[in-house]
Amino acid sequence: MIYRLVFENLKHRPVRTLLSVVAIGVEVTLILTLVGVSRGVLGDMAARSRGTGADILIRPPDSAGFTFSLTMPEKVVNVVRAQPHVAMATGTFVKYIDSFNSITGIHVDEFNAMSGGLKVKKGRMFQAPDEIVVDDVYAKQHHLKPGSTTDLAHTWTVSGIVEEGKLSRTFGDIGALQQLFEARGLVSTIYVKLDSPANTAGVKDDLQKLLTNYKIDSIEDFVSLFSVNSVPYIEAFTRVVIGIAVLIGFLVVCLSMYTAVLERTREIGILKALGASPAYIVGILLRETVLLALTGTVVGILMTYGTRSLMAIFAASMPQEIVPDWYLTVAGIALAGSIVGALYPGLRAARQDAIEALAYD
Amino acid sequence: MTEVTAQNLTKTYRVGEIEVHALRGVDLKIEGGEFVAIVGPSGSGKSTLFNILGGLTPPTSGTVLIDGRDLIKMSEADRTLLRKTTVGFVFQKYNLLPTLTGADNIEIARDIAGKKGHERDPQFDETLALLGIASRLKHKPRALSGGEQQRIAIARALVNHPALLLADEPTGNLDTENSTAVLSVLQGLNKRLGQTILMITHNPEAAAYAHRTVTMRDGRIV
Repeated sequence: MIYRLVFENLKHRPVRTLLSVVAIGVEVTLILTLVGVSRGVLGDMAARSRGTGADILIRPPDSAGFTFSLTMPEKVVNVVRAQPHVAMATGTFVKYIDSFNSITGIHVDEFNAMSGGLKVKKGRMFQAPDEIVVDDVYAKQHHLKPGSTTDLAHTWTVSGIVEEGKLSRTFGDIGALQQLFEARGLVSTIYVKLDSPANTAGVKDDLQKLLTNYKIDSIEDFVSLFSVNSVPYIEAFTRVVIGIAVLIGFLVVCLSMYTAVLERTREIGILKALGASPAYIVGILLRETVLLALTGTVVGILMTYGTRSLMAIFAASMPQEIVPDWYLTVAGIALAGSIVGALYPGLRAARQDAIEALAYD
Repeated sequence: MTEVTAQNLTKTYRVGEIEVHALRGVDLKIEGGEFVAIVGPSGSGKSTLFNILGGLTPPTSGTVLIDGRDLIKMSEADRTLLRKTTVGFVFQKYNLLPTLTGADNIEIARDIAGKKGHERDPQFDETLALLGIASRLKHKPRALSGGEQQRIAIARALVNHPALLLADEPTGNLDTENSTAVLSVLQGLNKRLGQTILMITHNPEAAAYAHRTVTMRDGRIV
């Protein structure tokens, strides 16, 4: 019976109910989108690292995390090539333009041999020093096509669009980049392919002895860094967003229930006259809140499919994963925020004087 | 058996720094199965007596026994239990929950009393028959006339078989025809089912339906 009252109460004010559900849905979507984008971006970076076809990567001394901003002499590549079990090695040069953009210089033949080849979907591979190729994601996001120009610390002509999934989104000739950015004879990373992946650990150890201070990782070790837990700012940012989301849910539910309690003053008086205890009255409001929170969670989960489509249109380089393993957590977060939001209105309702409530018009 | 006994009952409200003596020593006895009307001008203390007997507010001093239970010693939780099990209310403004149908308005009173399911209740079936509202129970209050709403309110007040039915101006919002119907129903419930009823009214014609009339003035029974 009490559930019928709860349901009828929510139905009685459809706009307020709808707004509450949507607001909780936004709270849920905010969290799921952030987590999904974090995972999507990191997963995409990991996939592109694997897409090089390398077994080991070598970065200059003092490199940390997954940054490629330091450089080392290109002659190290030849030292690496001379080691047993090394099938091929190639150096790349990465020029960071800003937090979201970089351009990677490659030796096309070497990189193609190692990775299986950049597949040109439109146009052709770069040939002139100021030509680059971009992957289809970058091209879509920046509305580029063969012949377009783009500014990445230099005005480049896009000679072709390549299939995504291999190391970078933007490629140029390594020699041209080294010259342009005054880094002649320097590389950022050396990718190493072995005669057999089974030799990875041994070769890695041998290389580490040879290049003592260099940062040498197997691709799998390197890829394992691409997790939310390995990136402290993402974890902290996620917590901040969860906090803000919970606050939104709390405020919306608090306001919604507060107005509901004010509006239903007389009804609360009636229930009290019928012998309803404070717990019974709080129970009605809490049930309404739980129903709002759970419906809002479902709506929020559905809305993440919408945000994923929007991200694909407006920020294609930041793919969003759908994260079902977060559904229970986010439902818990939505419930907790909503229940805390309903507590004050609930207590106010429970404490209402029956005679005053019955006299309320 | 005596259903209600009040002796030297007082109630004093504090409004700001002013003390208002709403009841100044009320003595009242209502026997089981009696239908009593309380009349008196506004401010005479009728509503305060109604609220105390219904457990909506505690008395200040005196003795008041309902169904053998002393209200003066009751905590808030005890008074809640009293409203749940021992008294039923009928108000001038009907006070039905607007979001529920007539049937659900009755059912919610059963739910509050902790009665689940739809077990047979022949006595309540007889009450419903007397009220003549069977065909209107599926409607929400906004689709019911005042008289129908008040009869559903009476059914709700009686669904848990209270020892005492308290009615506060039950015909105050009704036209003559509906007033007569509601008063006849109350009288029928009293005669056929032996329901003890205390009714507050301004209307001498309504009071005439009761076995006896008690007049209040200035917080006392005169």
